[in-house]
Amino acid sequence: MKPFTYERARDPNEALRLVGTDGGAKYLGGGTNLVDLMRERIEAPERLVDVTRLSTEIEGKPDGGLVIGAAATNTALAAHRAIREQYPMLARAVLAGASAQIRNMATVGGNVLQRTRCIYFYDEASRCNKREPGAGCDALDGFNRMHAILGASSACIATHPSDMCVALVALDAVVHTLGVEGERSIPLVDLHRLPAGRPDIETELKPGELITKIELPPPLTKRSTYRKVRDRASYAFALVSVAAEVDVTNGKVRDARLALGGVATKPWRAWKAEEALRGQAATEPSFRAAAEAELVEAAGLRHNEFKIELAKRTLVAVLCELAGVAT
Amino acid sequence: MSALKDTAKSAMQTAVRLTPDKWLPGATSDPLMHKHGLLGAPVSRVDGALKVQGKARFAAEVAMEGLAYAGLVHSTIARGRIAAIDTGAAEAAPGVGLVMTYKNAPRMKAPALFGTSPSAAGASSLPIMQDASIHWNGQTVAVVLAETQEQADYAASLIEIRYEVEPAVTSFEMAKGRARRPESILGEPAELEIGDAKAGLAGAATVVDHIYRTPRYNHNAIELHAATIVWEGDQLIIHDASQLVNATASTVAGVFGLKDHQVRVISPYVGGGFGGKCLWDHQILGAAAAKLAGRPVRIVLSRESVFRLVGGRTTTEQRVALGANADGTLAALIHTGVAAMTTHNACPEQFTFPARHLYAAQNIHVAQEVADLDMLANTFMRAPGESVGTFALESAMDELAEALKIDPIELRRRIEPEKDPTSGTRFSSRNIVEAYARGAEHFGWSRRNPVPRSQRDGEWLIGMGCATATYPYYRFPGATARITLNADGQAIVAMASHEMGMGTATTQAQAAAERLALPLENVSFEYGDTALPPGTVAGGSSQTASIGAAVIAAFEELVPALLQLAGNDSPLAGLKASEVEARDGGLGKIDDPQSHESYASILSRAGRKEVVAEAKAPMPLEMQKYSMHSYAAQFCEVRVNAVTGEARVSRFLGSFDCGRILNSKTAASQFKGGIIMGLGLALTEETLFDERSGRIMNPSLAEYHVPVHLDVPAIDIIWTDIPDPHSPMGARGIGEIGITGVGAAVANAIYNATGKRIRELPITLDKLL
Ligand SMILES: Cc1cc2nc3c(=O)[nH]c(=O)nc-3n(C[C@H](O)[C@H](O)[C@H](O)COP(=O)(O)OP(=O)(O)OC[C@H]3O[C@@H](n4cnc5c(N)ncnc54)[C@H](O)[C@@H]3O)c2cc1C
Repeated sequence: MKPFTYERARDPNEALRLVGTDGGAKYLGGGTNLVDLMRERIEAPERLVDVTRLSTEIEGKPDGGLVIGAAATNTALAAHRAIREQYPMLARAVLAGASAQIRNMATVGGNVLQRTRCIYFYDEASRCNKREPGAGCDALDGFNRMHAILGASSACIATHPSDMCVALVALDAVVHTLGVEGERSIPLVDLHRLPAGRPDIETELKPGELITKIELPPPLTKRSTYRKVRDRASYAFALVSVAAEVDVTNGKVRDARLALGGVATKPWRAWKAEEALRGQAATEPSFRAAAEAELVEAAGLRHNEFKIELAKRTLVAVLCELAGVAT
Repeated sequence: MSALKDTAKSAMQTAVRLTPDKWLPGATSDPLMHKHGLLGAPVSRVDGALKVQGKARFAAEVAMEGLAYAGLVHSTIARGRIAAIDTGAAEAAPGVGLVMTYKNAPRMKAPALFGTSPSAAGASSLPIMQDASIHWNGQTVAVVLAETQEQADYAASLIEIRYEVEPAVTSFEMAKGRARRPESILGEPAELEIGDAKAGLAGAATVVDHIYRTPRYNHNAIELHAATIVWEGDQLIIHDASQLVNATASTVAGVFGLKDHQVRVISPYVGGGFGGKCLWDHQILGAAAAKLAGRPVRIVLSRESVFRLVGGRTTTEQRVALGANADGTLAALIHTGVAAMTTHNACPEQFTFPARHLYAAQNIHVAQEVADLDMLANTFMRAPGESVGTFALESAMDELAEALKIDPIELRRRIEPEKDPTSGTRFSSRNIVEAYARGAEHFGWSRRNPVPRSQRDGEWLIGMGCATATYPYYRFPGATARITLNADGQAIVAMASHEMGMGTATTQAQAAAERLALPLENVSFEYGDTALPPGTVAGGSSQTASIGAAVIAAFEELVPALLQLAGNDSPLAGLKASEVEARDGGLGKIDDPQSHESYASILSRAGRKEVVAEAKAPMPLEMQKYSMHSYAAQFCEVRVNAVTGEARVSRFLGSFDCGRILNSKTAASQFKGGIIMGLGLALTEETLFDERSGRIMNPSLAEYHVPVHLDVPAIDIIWTDIPDPHSPMGARGIGEIGITGVGAAVANAIYNATGKRIRELPITLDKLL
């Protein structure tokens, strides 16, 4: 690991000032991703600015929504009563991720900005457009079982690995930031970029921009869940995951908010499936049609083709479960 | 082994087989095997308290003045040459004392390859850091010594290397095209034919004939490979994490042109071995760097470095063809295939071994080939061969049972052989039919519905499967034990053997206490240091028997020595060694409770502080006279999600027949550990070897999936506890058998649950969708 300096910020403005905009510094949350990447020499910041002493608060809003400080730990988030009761899919998503020890360290801000687990991204000896724009992508013809079937490009097929973010995009979360130009807010679903030709540019954040908090509007319904499909029972990234909230009235889907994880280059809001569901009978065939609609454009590679069918099946199963439809 | 040696060996085997039992040293029954007291008791491990208190000092923790820490650079190409190497920035980095590359490394001989002599330990016979050539992707090309590990690692990252790439064989398909038949498979013939298996198969009423594939697996013991190394003049001391201290010392001595006694290897604690904690490049590189720098060196591999320079289980492609007669007996059994290997190692992955000994068949053909790749030397990994070989063979047995419409346990009963099917020798002790019967009863096998996909719980399909586990009995020659008995009635048994967490020190203390008739707290076992009498490798599940035989030999020296010391004033006066036994902390006349004298009394009367007896175990001729194997029946219940294909093992039972169980607690842990490792082999583990580059792509515990707690169900262990009359203490090996059969038991259960027959490991969910 390259030697670096370490400072701890007392407030957001100090954090912003300490980090600057020259690209040589990084914010440090729990460090569970950043420090690993520094050890692997994928990241080599000269300065670290610890932001774990900034807001960790999780507060209710008058409209019934919630505001979550970016430094709140993953563990605190999943344990929070309002989250467990109002947003069960979020609590489940967080608990489905990593291990208890990692969740104790990991922060909400860091989780949003964690980088892909693509094994070629992690390996210095491999070609990776994310690490080195224009270098090429060794995953395309390599081990791509974990890789994206949605939102990929010929430059990059790496998935966004977060479970938490899948639930957050389904919940219409909004990210609040502080940058040199002041505060702004960005819907989480627009924060991460599709790779297209520049997979190295992963988010809409500007140099030095700090995530201060995440805001959740009130839930559609309390009937929400998160289901993660993976290679071992715990401590593995998702092959496919589904975050879903469905409002079923009189046997019809009034509204639904759905997102997919493990299958896309960013936390994937399943707009097409939602559209296809609205106003339809809450039955397995309409769920299947919605899943088909969402995955029309999915493209599989040698090792990840199976994810297309797996994503459809998982989505249908989750919808059936929430709607109380027997399979 | 040369063909000539093979012939000599088989002639010797024949001679031994014809020799009556009583003429064979060590082939008569050990009286201890029927003793019930300490032997078999669930004694907690003697090093347990030290370990939980963090007081056990592992190789990476040995304190030493002036230590330098080693950082490593690994090659990123599979084959070629280093064209240019720039170490300037690394040398100038803070704390750096030395950068060693092929340019300045001391001249060293290539390590003697494991198997070429009893004292050879080299995992590969390639010279280490002697020239610019690269033989595998991950080879160590530079070692940096610095004041701290962090400084060493950082400096290592500053080294710039330009390679001249040469064409490499990194594809198994390509290598298979020119597969070769090795001279032998660990001393056994690579090919064996009894009758005409092809014709037998062609004429059989029912045939199953399939290809089974197993991937690469890597060693991931929790303790990283490590050594703390110091030169004291021309003496080299290596604090190692080792399962073969003597052979390591001897091989390292050869590398540096030293005499064996100039190298001392010390290894009191090993955090998991499984075949991986042997001699690899790091101990030699560490010693070379220490020599060059003139200071002690600590070399601890990162998890990635373990993947880059310590080999694992190699990939195999196996054909099993079974031809059955109408009555369910076998007309033909064929097990052939190929494993990936290199030209510079000696580990052909003996996957056909189980088929040589398990079943009666009219015609048998087994044959193994190896396909040479430019890759890191593959190596022994818990039940090499048998683990993946039983996956193929026992899956095929299940397929045959299905085809014959008979219960898989019944099929195995019908083909139970009376004597070893390929060697023709008698079994020393074999109770697999009984192990199956008891296992089936405990597991509830009768509740299994033979119709696949017939049991369901919501989304989950439930199935049961079973498979035979087997592992040979080995006892390696050369073990020498020393018993020191002192006037306080304390005994120390010593041998340069190994404790990798199996419970060796505990079990051996138990056995010695029983043999000497002393309370357990009076007996200790010393091991893990080449300064002690020589031991054998802790491999092949052989160590307990190997030590046991040497302790018997030493005890046989001790008794006459004690009788001599006892002299004429003792109640034992005039008795011969054959007339006495160890009893109540001393010796007593057999069948005469009155004539007895304690060790303490004998020694004090003789004015002696202690008496020492040291002896070497006799040659392991029992292995040639009998077919000796451990067995088990493995039972698995699995739940497979009908929506997602996720397979989760919900129950597991192993019913073992491994001779006498010496410590019911540590033995159960060995069996369970083996089974858990087998679950990884079956379902989750796989080394991703990128065939374009020959590079391992998942060198981390995040991406190489060993089973986590949630993947491991309740595991029941039962055993027959029938002593083997021909092994020390009546015990056969228990360390490796646990992993064997598990792959097939899981695959067979998955078939029963889903109707899907998966012939390629690991069985990941995409194969079950
Ligand atoms: C072995 C392993 C398994 C894992 N498994 C899973 C899994 O199954 N599912 C899953 O979802 N995750 C998993 N994770 C990832 C884990 O969730 C992330 O590492 C964690 O959430 C990152 O949070 P952190 O606070 O430690 O981030 P850090 O590592 O501290 O930071 C990550 C990034 O965020 C930036 N950052 C941090 N805070 C801010 C801020 N306030 N404003 C702007 N930038 C900021 C940092 O500069 C850095 O670039 C796993 C991780 C490991 C190591």
